Amino acid sequence: MEDCLAKKMEITVSEAEKRTGRNAMNIQETYTAYLIETRAVEPQSEGQCAPVDSLWRRYSEFELLRNYLSVTYPHIVVPPLPEKRADFVWHKLSADNMDPDFVERRRIGLENFLLRVASHPVLCQDKIFYSFLTQEGGWKEMVNETGFQLKADSRLKALNATFRVKNPDKRFTELKHYSDELQSVISHLLRVRARVADRLYGVYKVHGNYGRVFSEWSAIEKEMGDGLQSAGHHMDVYAASIDDILEEEEHYADQLKEYLFYAEALRAVCRKHELMQYDLEMAAQDLTSKKQQCEELATGTVRTFSLKGMTSKLFGQETPEQREAKIKVLEEQIQEGEEQLKSKNLEGRDFVKSAWADIERFKEQKNHDLKEALISYAVMQISMCKKGIQVWTNAKECFSKM
Amino acid sequence: DTSLAEVNSFSPSMPISPSSMINQYKFEDGPELRDLFITVDDPESHITAIETFITYRVVTKTSRGEFDSSEYEVRRRYQDFLWLKSKLEEAHPTLIIPPLPEKFIMKGMVERFSDEFIETRRKALHKFLNRIADHPTLTFNEDFKIFLTAQAWELSSHKKQGPGLLSRMGQTVRAVASSVRGAVKNRPEVFTEMNDYMETFSQKINLLDKIAHRIYKEERDYFNEMKEYGPIHTLWSASEEDVADSLKGVASCIDRCCKATEKRMAGLSENLLPILHEYVLYSEILMGVLKRRDQIQGELDSKVDALANKKTEKDLFSEEIGKLEDKLERANNALKVDWDRWKQNMQCDMRSTFTNVAENNLRYYEECLATWESFLASQTVDLHVEEDSEDRP
Repeated sequence: MEDCLAKKMEITVSEAEKRTGRNAMNIQETYTAYLIETRAVEPQSEGQCAPVDSLWRRYSEFELLRNYLSVTYPHIVVPPLPEKRADFVWHKLSADNMDPDFVERRRIGLENFLLRVASHPVLCQDKIFYSFLTQEGGWKEMVNETGFQLKADSRLKALNATFRVKNPDKRFTELKHYSDELQSVISHLLRVRARVADRLYGVYKVHGNYGRVFSEWSAIEKEMGDGLQSAGHHMDVYAASIDDILEEEEHYADQLKEYLFYAEALRAVCRKHELMQYDLEMAAQDLTSKKQQCEELATGTVRTFSLKGMTSKLFGQETPEQREAKIKVLEEQIQEGEEQLKSKNLEGRDFVKSAWADIERFKEQKNHDLKEALISYAVMQISMCKKGIQVWTNAKECFSKM
Repeated sequence: DTSLAEVNSFSPSMPISPSSMINQYKFEDGPELRDLFITVDDPESHITAIETFITYRVVTKTSRGEFDSSEYEVRRRYQDFLWLKSKLEEAHPTLIIPPLPEKFIMKGMVERFSDEFIETRRKALHKFLNRIADHPTLTFNEDFKIFLTAQAWELSSHKKQGPGLLSRMGQTVRAVASSVRGAVKNRPEVFTEMNDYMETFSQKINLLDKIAHRIYKEERDYFNEMKEYGPIHTLWSASEEDVADSLKGVASCIDRCCKATEKRMAGLSENLLPILHEYVLYSEILMGVLKRRDQIQGELDSKVDALANKKTEKDLFSEEIGKLEDKLERANNALKVDWDRWKQNMQCDMRSTFTNVAENNLRYYEECLATWESFLASQTVDLHVEEDSEDRP
């Protein structure tokens, strides 16, 4: 992380704004635009601050950026974007994309995405990424001009396509298995967390009913009145406190969600490797069969069944000239094939090397981040308990004075 | 300090001094005045051809002279308690008779003879008898004494001696009729105030009862979700190496908070819910007492009105009216005194119950706080250990 962009440039997604405009089909739509602000971090003389550059981007442009990065750097675990639609919501939370709380959390998520990319040793050097941050107009055209869509392998999108790889790399198989488990366990955790949040909300809010009844009751009591009234007030405070507590917890949930989506990025790298391995094995297989064909033609022996062989038996042998021509073609193909295989092998080894380096980097990041997230969860619980202790201590005092 | 459990389990032949039991019960009139100690325990099922019912053991220890013995052990069924309550109401129409647990509560969806139901009822019956024992007037009631001391056949024969069902019904009909006849117009201000108070109190206590049940339900639902929450972290720790300890730590914290929630729920159901329920019943009882006072007033008023219209038999009427006036004055005074006593006890009960609720919640949060703080401490220790090991060559 020594030379990464994050060290040289301050990046924030500081604002979100609702916009209306016309889309590609000339239909009016509402969307949210996000303001990206950047500022160079350079040793400045006292009192001088580098100027802030800013531009607006919408979520679909972030998506385009990420797609470009995923295709261009298939060996990198590319940081994920915050979710497109609100998921794992508990009843109070809105599933509406235009809801201000959702927009706010998405703003933070997008900023986090940019910071992740900017601190990645490889990704931060990408020119398209830099332009995304600094060049407002013409960026989309620039991305499309790279022709990255052509490189995108449609097979990668087919999640259920299986490739029977003969010699799978054990490390990648294990990694894929791990990413499946990670995805499954985090989804489960987020679902249950949402239900727990819902129930906790219920417990707190019901206590709010005490306030009104205590107040009405206190009107007919002479000695108990004050105690009841003030206790009721504390019950109201208690009931209201859950809103902030659960809002903070949503940020924790967002941290877990990031790794839920990271699991997908991890799986994408594994799949890319799987595909490369498959292509390599297919190419090797093709080369072997061509070599065999060549040998058969040269020696005249038919070792393997082929339709051509059968037809020539049926319709008569071919002339020696024809055979020579065939052998020549095959020899050319074999030479091409061997070169291709060599370069594929090299590609494969490079891929494994650089992918594994990034996976190690990712593992360290994940371990660090998850530990921090769990610690921050504990801190939140402690804060909630302290608030509870304060309220009930106050309430107890009021009750004891009744 | 002998515990309640000990008292319930030993045989009545072993002597234990009433004074040693002083610390066990909540005193309403001062510990020095207590000379009657009652426990209700040991529910037993009885199955006959006609019915199945439960009897409870009622053990009484006393130093009072009016009692032939200092200890009694009898078995009573719910019907017997109902009988006692109606006798007390009859003898003291304007005194506040403590509430009895209801015949059978549907809303709890508890089985009629489930252990939970029987235990709840036992506790309520125990409280019922002790409240009577603590009442300055009711404690000396003759039917109360018979209830505590008579063997089963003795009680049966005594019960048959009382005024018949029909005559009791007759009283009720007359009571309803006279209450309609404008007993309210001559009602002293103090009783109108009591009536107004009870109407509001009744409304509020019913609301609180509902709220408390809602809270219990929400806490139970929360507990059920929490049970699943902890184990997921343990499951996750199986596929992680470096983060496994932290995940297991969080799992154990959540599990401990889950148990703490269970305790919090138990506190509600053992303390707040029964008390609020009793006072819901009390509000009905008090409305009934106020009505009965009005009836007595109504009897007098109608006789006074009748006198005004009669020219003959004035002496007879005056004598009757005199008696009714005395009756009314006694009833009014009894009610006023008992009302003040009831209000004081109610205040005391509410204060201690709600304080207990607050303490319960405090214990819950303090336990959870300690759990999470110790987890946090363990995590920062790890960080320091890691830092130290990096410094060393």
